[in-house]
Amino acid sequence: MTRSVIELPVSADDRRIARLAALAIGLTLAEAAIPSPLPGVKPGLANIVILLVLLQHGWRAAAWVSALRVLAGGLLFGSLFTPGFWLSAAGALVSLAVLALVRHLPSRHFSPISLSVLAAFGHIGGQLALASWWLLPGAALLKLLPVFAAAALIFGAVNGIIVARVLAAPASDRRQSAPCLRP
Amino acid sequence: MWLRAGDLAVLLAGAGGVVTLTLFAWGGEHGDTAVIRAAGQVVETTPLTRAQTFSVNGPLGTTQIEIQPGRARIARDPSPRQLCVKQGWLTQSGQAALCLPNQVSLEIRGRRAAYDTLGY
Repeated sequence: MTRSVIELPVSADDRRIARLAALAIGLTLAEAAIPSPLPGVKPGLANIVILLVLLQHGWRAAAWVSALRVLAGGLLFGSLFTPGFWLSAAGALVSLAVLALVRHLPSRHFSPISLSVLAAFGHIGGQLALASWWLLPGAALLKLLPVFAAAALIFGAVNGIIVARVLAAPASDRRQSAPCLRP
Repeated sequence: MWLRAGDLAVLLAGAGGVVTLTLFAWGGEHGDTAVIRAAGQVVETTPLTRAQTFSVNGPLGTTQIEIQPGRARIARDPSPRQLCVKQGWLTQSGQAALCLPNQVSLEIRGRRAAYDTLGY
């Protein structure tokens, strides 16, 4: 019997993305414990991580972290490939697309708060678009649109303020840039 | 401060969008006509322009309907549970208060009917 060894070289980039994705997944799990009056109205704490990654490591890294978060979240909740998973994926996808555009806004006038609010609108927009096209065709969702939009505005702004504060904090305070512990 | 000029614009635009959506999704059309029925027959159709009261007789007794500019309600009704009275003022097109035991109903209509027909 021949044994073959497959070596997968792991770069520092991979480790960083894995670490940040773990952080995002942790926040996703934590916020699932928060009761919500309406499915879909969530603080979206993981988006804080996504936005930080975008601003510090670029869009590619943010897309990786977001994709890993959606996938691992689906595994951990046992909702992989269920409608809830696809809604989450659609939201993440549209939110990333929005971020790809609005990250080029001049940072002199637009702080992370703008990016966060716009990404939150993109997130809920993507989810609702998929839900109304696939799960609930018809006018049923129309009545809830204001609730979702208001939640996106509020939570987007709060998350953006958190991102702005984290970015403004001295580097030693930043959990994200703590040295990576290697086994 | 972290808030910059563009943020303010984004937040204001977002708030404006939310308000627009709210009006669009929740703001029904205000009605301008009250239709009163007894035992399924229309007994009165009146515009919601001036204050007036109507008394309609049904099997249990007299139902009193009060009309005011822009709104209408069942003021008194002999039905035991008083559901139509508790509904209070009706303002939106398509709203209706039914006093079933007394077979009296009050319906608000606008320029466009919210429903083609209501059967009860």
